[in-house]
Amino acid sequence: MTTKQSRPLFDPPIVKRAVWESLLKLNPRHQLRNPVMFTVYVGTLFTLVLFGRSLLVETGESPLFVLAIAFWLAFTVLFANFAEAMAEGRGKAQADTLRSARRDVQAKRLKTPCRVAESEVVAASQLRKNDVVLVEAGDMIPADGEVIEGIASVNESAITGESAPVIRESGGDRSSVTGGTTVLSDWLLVRVSANPGETFLDRMIALVEGAKRQKTPNEIALDILLAAMTIVFLLACVTLVPYSGYGVDLAGQGTPITLTVVVALLVCLIPTTIGGLLSAIGIAGMDRMIQANVIATSGRAVEAAGDVDVLLLDKTGTITLGNRQAVEFLPADGIAVERLADAAQLSSLADETPEGRSIVVLAKEKYGLRGRDLVALKAEFIPFTAQTRMSGVDVDNRRIRKGAAEAVEAYIHERGGQFSRELRDKVESISKRGGTPLVVCEGNLPLGVIYLKDIVKGGISERFGHLRKMGIKTVMITGDNPLTAAAIAAEAGVDDFLAQATPEAKLKLIRDYQAGGRLVAMTGDGTNDSPALAQADVAVAMNSGTQAAKEAGNMVDLDSNPTKLIEIVEIGKQLLMTRGSLTTFSIANDVSKYFAIIPAAFVSTYPELARLNVMGLATPSSAILSAVIFNALVIVFLIPLALRGVKYRSVGAATLLRDNLLIYGLGGLLVPFVGIKIIDMILVSLRLA
Amino acid sequence: MSTPAVKPGSTSCSAFSKFGRGSCPSAARISAPDAIFATVAAVPPDDLALNTAISFATNTNWQAYSGESTLSYLTQLLGLTVQNFVSAATGMAVLVALIRGFTRRSVETIGNFWVDLSRSTLYILLPLSFVLAVALTSLGVVQSFSPAAEVTLLEPVVDAEGKTHTTQQIPLGPAASQIAIKQLGTNGGGFFGANSAHPLENPNPLSNFLQVLAILLIPAALCFTFGDLVGDRKQGWALLATMLVIFIPLLAVGLWAEQSGNPKFSDVGVDQSANVLQSGGNLEGKETRFGASSSVLWATATTAASNGSVNAMHDSFTPIGGLVPLWLMQLGEVIFGGVGSGLYGLLVFAILAVFIAGLMVGRTPEYLGKKIEAAEMKMAALVILIPPAIVLLGTALAVSIDAGRGPVSNPGPHGFSQILYAFSSAGNNNGSAFAGLGVNTPFYNLTLGFVMFIARYALIMPVLAIAGSLVRKKSTPASAGMLPTDTPLFVGMLAGIVLLVGALTFVPALALGPVVEQLRMTAQSAP
Repeated sequence: MTTKQSRPLFDPPIVKRAVWESLLKLNPRHQLRNPVMFTVYVGTLFTLVLFGRSLLVETGESPLFVLAIAFWLAFTVLFANFAEAMAEGRGKAQADTLRSARRDVQAKRLKTPCRVAESEVVAASQLRKNDVVLVEAGDMIPADGEVIEGIASVNESAITGESAPVIRESGGDRSSVTGGTTVLSDWLLVRVSANPGETFLDRMIALVEGAKRQKTPNEIALDILLAAMTIVFLLACVTLVPYSGYGVDLAGQGTPITLTVVVALLVCLIPTTIGGLLSAIGIAGMDRMIQANVIATSGRAVEAAGDVDVLLLDKTGTITLGNRQAVEFLPADGIAVERLADAAQLSSLADETPEGRSIVVLAKEKYGLRGRDLVALKAEFIPFTAQTRMSGVDVDNRRIRKGAAEAVEAYIHERGGQFSRELRDKVESISKRGGTPLVVCEGNLPLGVIYLKDIVKGGISERFGHLRKMGIKTVMITGDNPLTAAAIAAEAGVDDFLAQATPEAKLKLIRDYQAGGRLVAMTGDGTNDSPALAQADVAVAMNSGTQAAKEAGNMVDLDSNPTKLIEIVEIGKQLLMTRGSLTTFSIANDVSKYFAIIPAAFVSTYPELARLNVMGLATPSSAILSAVIFNALVIVFLIPLALRGVKYRSVGAATLLRDNLLIYGLGGLLVPFVGIKIIDMILVSLRLA
Repeated sequence: MSTPAVKPGSTSCSAFSKFGRGSCPSAARISAPDAIFATVAAVPPDDLALNTAISFATNTNWQAYSGESTLSYLTQLLGLTVQNFVSAATGMAVLVALIRGFTRRSVETIGNFWVDLSRSTLYILLPLSFVLAVALTSLGVVQSFSPAAEVTLLEPVVDAEGKTHTTQQIPLGPAASQIAIKQLGTNGGGFFGANSAHPLENPNPLSNFLQVLAILLIPAALCFTFGDLVGDRKQGWALLATMLVIFIPLLAVGLWAEQSGNPKFSDVGVDQSANVLQSGGNLEGKETRFGASSSVLWATATTAASNGSVNAMHDSFTPIGGLVPLWLMQLGEVIFGGVGSGLYGLLVFAILAVFIAGLMVGRTPEYLGKKIEAAEMKMAALVILIPPAIVLLGTALAVSIDAGRGPVSNPGPHGFSQILYAFSSAGNNNGSAFAGLGVNTPFYNLTLGFVMFIARYALIMPVLAIAGSLVRKKSTPASAGMLPTDTPLFVGMLAGIVLLVGALTFVPALALGPVVEQLRMTAQSAP
């Protein structure tokens, strides 16, 4: 994530474009998508008609007042448009950075999928799915695809921000390449996997464009609630016309409520705050995903991330550092520990694996054994093979071997040696503690065991603690045996583990959890993860993974960092919380608006109602205007919150609800009293009241 | 539920309290049936018959007629009492269906209506009614098939037309058996026109207490049924607590308003305080054997539960005292509410509350493990939208035309309250009447009948749709990240949502009725 800086909230070019966009969004077809704002839109037009009428005939209302109301209603719509345009602008800017890389790329399209086949140069945009292109050192990969032949190092920093090159090769789990990345060495034959406009990035961009964006299920449900509230308030306001008419007829004084005031009251009451910011909140959620370098293929997946109950995490790379380290030498009975350390060091000097190096380091640190020159010793290194499952060294007459306990035991028995019970106990105790035992022997004499330990990442157990508070269960997936898995699981603080995991076992585990009503999230990269990824509710494929894995998942992590899953869950929760909090705020706001508008609207008929003017607003028209202005301005003030999202803390649902209710519920109740009063005072001081 | 049109007049019937602003026909017109099978003198007109039929079938028991003068014993027994049972049992059957929506997982059915209906009637309503009827009879509630008794007045009375009356008809009938189910089934339809203010329906404070208890009994108990059925009693407690959190403060406001009396009486030196000689408070339109407090308790209980019987004239309450029962009905009859219907109504509000609260904890909303999605929200929105819509539109229609304005006894803000009360009562299937509004007119019989019909059936359908949608869903096991729905915080949130929806919808209308009245009353009495 080296190339990304966080974008300022109000980036001038984005703001400039958003202002223009918010005017374009006045198109009624666009407004119709949002029932709340469409109501305001119609109300604005209606008030303009009322303004025209007040110019032509005497209605008892000042035309200026009607115009002012119309003006601020129009601003309410524009502010909501602006919020949406801002969110879109930020999302697009982020996506453009990612996309800019792949413009004007020339591709070498091959007639037949063969390195030496005849090729033609075409623009990347003309490539279609299943075309095969040749990419050589220095070329940019023209489109997302799968390597079908060759091996090459690829610079993916344009996408991931990580400058170290990665290896891409045909077959296996590293066969997928992303458009816009550059081949540094060698060559690749790539089969294009998506038509232009259908790549992950294109799909993501569609998700941040308001007009094309599909509403998510939760947004639809919330829209229904907001529409229902709009209808209730519409009825409550419209029926005031006959009600006040009845009052005026019988009281013989005052004037019935005017249509301008009815529209003003309606717009103040309907949930414009959340209605106006709803789509911005959704888009901003996707923006945050892109900022986290995660490409989601649907808004639904982002929402589902907030609901995840179970996280399946691969042990290696997520919970533990990838490599095991030697931490202890345990000599067999009657063997000095120095002898074991010496043999272990000798057998590992030529072993370039991280485990091997860690043995040399341990021998040096604990027993002061310096590295020796194998060539000078005339030693012969015996590399690890899948058949022997041992490696070692032959030096002079010493035949030192190290390997898995069963393999070494068989080796010793073959040579007539004994594998003592006590040694077997040591092996077992290491396994139980989550370590990997490596037995060292010389000839047919077992010398002892090297304790290789999986190093659990720092701070990971606190992280799981937080997840537990969020109500999320963590399950570690590992190929280790159950004993080892249990020990690491205990050390890392995960809730459960799946040992000796096979793709089938993974799939079954996910299905079992889902049958119990839980939502499961997982990460995966290999082709054999695809069924499980397809089954999981939130499936994050690593960008380094295969094309099959990416297609099966609903998100792609460009950084290929399995720990990202936790961040993704938080982004999902944040999105939902922002929606809920602003809905609460919006509804709580209404109380004060009644206190502003009801006395103002009916005081001419019933002077007693002036006592309800608790804010002491100057005149009926200033009261109504202040409420409308507050209603419009509050949208602007909340744009930063909508774009950034309500902060998520892993403190448990009960505490979160209490805090958010206090801030957005109680705050929503009180803030407008202050705000409306201040606006009223300003109107008075400007002699507009 | 009282008969606003046929208020007991100013004959010197010792049994009746003298009701203030009567402009209604005299009770002398009572034509009691001679035997069970005798038809009444005047066959109810079509519009009244339709209104009454809908009223009883919908568990509203709005009565635009006076029982003793309009209906035969047989009609009361076979027609109305049967409806009292089955309309209440219907509420329970629908509730149980909704609860099954939460408890069953990934299945297609929510139970058999006829089984639930029969069980509710046979195992709950009938036994309880039998016990209560016997108890009430022992306290003096009439249970008889004899025709009305004619008694000689102690002192002759001259009516408005100058005619002298020396005798009075005392209506009788099989009242106790009907009153038991009227209260237990939150029906509220009185045997007599004066409803529970009538001494033969509600003779003394003990019968009054038993009946208030009976009104709240089943709606409160169903909260525990709910808790047991969903396997977590605390969930049931939370709903009961929500009801009490709203009920008790509103009761207190009503008590305060009525017990403080009318400030204009205080201005002229009338002692309205409670002391050893009098119960004090605003006694206009109240039975002296109950006093202000028992009348307010009754009014609050009957409008919280959708019972609608009255033992005092709500029309004569102080403005705020009258606002309490009016608003309780406008809250959607979910604070206790009707038998079954109150709790299913509150569950729909709970769905709304978890929708908003659930989002605030960062999950898509779920209640009792079931996800609340667009389909449920659509139906919940209908349930919450329909009653206010028909109340507001009905009132708007009535105040706009002469047929609606005509029967108002006190034109002005109070008259507005009368009309609003009538539609709030019908539109929430309560049946309580404010009195003062002559509702036995074709206009009111037809509009209120229509409103009652919509309020009942247009709500049952979406509730069942929610049940059907929920029952197909998987159930998420509880976790720390899920919104807890059995905590005081959630109780507060749910009560807040109920109050806020009720307030935001009706504040403008209330401001033009009781609020203006109250401000006017207190303003003018200020020195």
